[in-house]
Amino acid sequence: METKTGTWIEKKGLAQMLKGGVIMDVVNAEQAKIAEEAGACAVMALERVPADIRADGGVARMSDPDMILKIMEAVSIPVMAKCRIGHFVEAQILESLGVDYIDESEVLTPADEEHHILKHNFKVPFVCGCRNIGEALRRIGEGAAMIRTKGEAGTGDVVEAVRHARSVMGSIRQLQTMGDEELMTFAKNNGAPYELVKEVKQLGRMPVVNFAAGGVATPADAALMMQLGVDGVFVGSGIFKSGDPAKRAAAIVKSVTFYQDASVLAEVSRNLGEAMVGRNVSQMPEGEKMAGRGW
Amino acid sequence: MKIGVLALQGDFSEHISMLKKIGVDAVEVRLPKHLDDLDGLIIPGGESTTIGKLSVAYDLMAPLKQFGKSHAIWGTCAGAIFLSKNANSEQPLLGLMDIKVQRNAFGRQVDSFETDLEIDELMKATGTEHPYHAIFIRAPLIESVHGKARILSALEDGRIVAAQEGRLLATSFHPELTNDTRFHEYFISLAS
Repeated sequence: METKTGTWIEKKGLAQMLKGGVIMDVVNAEQAKIAEEAGACAVMALERVPADIRADGGVARMSDPDMILKIMEAVSIPVMAKCRIGHFVEAQILESLGVDYIDESEVLTPADEEHHILKHNFKVPFVCGCRNIGEALRRIGEGAAMIRTKGEAGTGDVVEAVRHARSVMGSIRQLQTMGDEELMTFAKNNGAPYELVKEVKQLGRMPVVNFAAGGVATPADAALMMQLGVDGVFVGSGIFKSGDPAKRAAAIVKSVTFYQDASVLAEVSRNLGEAMVGRNVSQMPEGEKMAGRGW
Repeated sequence: MKIGVLALQGDFSEHISMLKKIGVDAVEVRLPKHLDDLDGLIIPGGESTTIGKLSVAYDLMAPLKQFGKSHAIWGTCAGAIFLSKNANSEQPLLGLMDIKVQRNAFGRQVDSFETDLEIDELMKATGTEHPYHAIFIRAPLIESVHGKARILSALEDGRIVAAQEGRLLATSFHPELTNDTRFHEYFISLAS
């Protein structure tokens, strides 16, 4: 039999290898090494972490390929990179660089306000953000092989990630109790592909790996998301905007492995130094929120 | 029969599902005390650096090495790296199997592949004739086997992707991502 690459099982499979792990935002090779040394299961290469994107304003785009390549050379763990929503040419460029996963991300300024990328067209796998089950299944329908909550990136406020994870998990539980004749209406009301709705009911979980992202800043935040039922955690600004990144990164890695063990969580939470300066999402103007980007 | 799956990071729940499918009791292992009364251990796919660092941090290295001297252990992908004596890189290794591995030997994710393997010993042990469909993800290669370790399977070009040393088993690929339970059955026969 011939050898096949870029298959659905390969795309989904890499995300399965990341489960129970922490994916960290890094802006240069030095930070990538700190993340790997702390036990990150992958890094997200980007020019500015979300907190800085917020502070700087302007249009946020795909990072410089040179910087992404330097990070790929610096570490042995998988390297992810972000493209703008709908910007399939940025995605083509990232694929040609050989990044291991592309995040079609609301953290960057959207390039298309109506359409996301048709991700089935690529060999490289994609991860996309979601706020609820309908959005998650639309992205999977387009070919996303991994899902994450959107949360509210760059705030250090976990409230939106909790809202989105609870929404997704609640819908999965709701589907378990629904009759088969109710699924088409569920699909219609949630704007979700019918076949995927049926699959979620049958599996009792998302058909792809589901991480938390957007506002995780402490080991307790990460363990909270794990206990809510996600498979792993992205930490963006929370690590390298804190007082002692190496120590905090290692603590969050441990908190995701031992998320059910409060004594370990207490131990790793000690003396971590300053957490990132947070921004309270409930007091933010609507126009500054990123989670509303994408549809 | 009770098998543990090292649950520090990676696709340990997929292994547990496979074990349950063939009627074997399976538990998650995160601390040394979880190794008590197990008949065998699986080290799953994941990131070998993450699994290694957490094993050091939670004092699992010595208990795992000790466990492997008298029990069956199977490492898939990252687990195979962790079992090896030499991985051509600076990272914690159990060094239980006399094999040399090369991490990410096939390239990056876009080069990850699936293919069929003819594994005589597996087919003989399970009384089956169809080839084994193997999923490789950023997979390591077993560069060479030494001492009592021997080759269990190789690609057509001769590159080694599975090895065995007594009751220790290493595969570059991921049987836990398939519906084919033969490798798990084979491992259980080693643990018995």
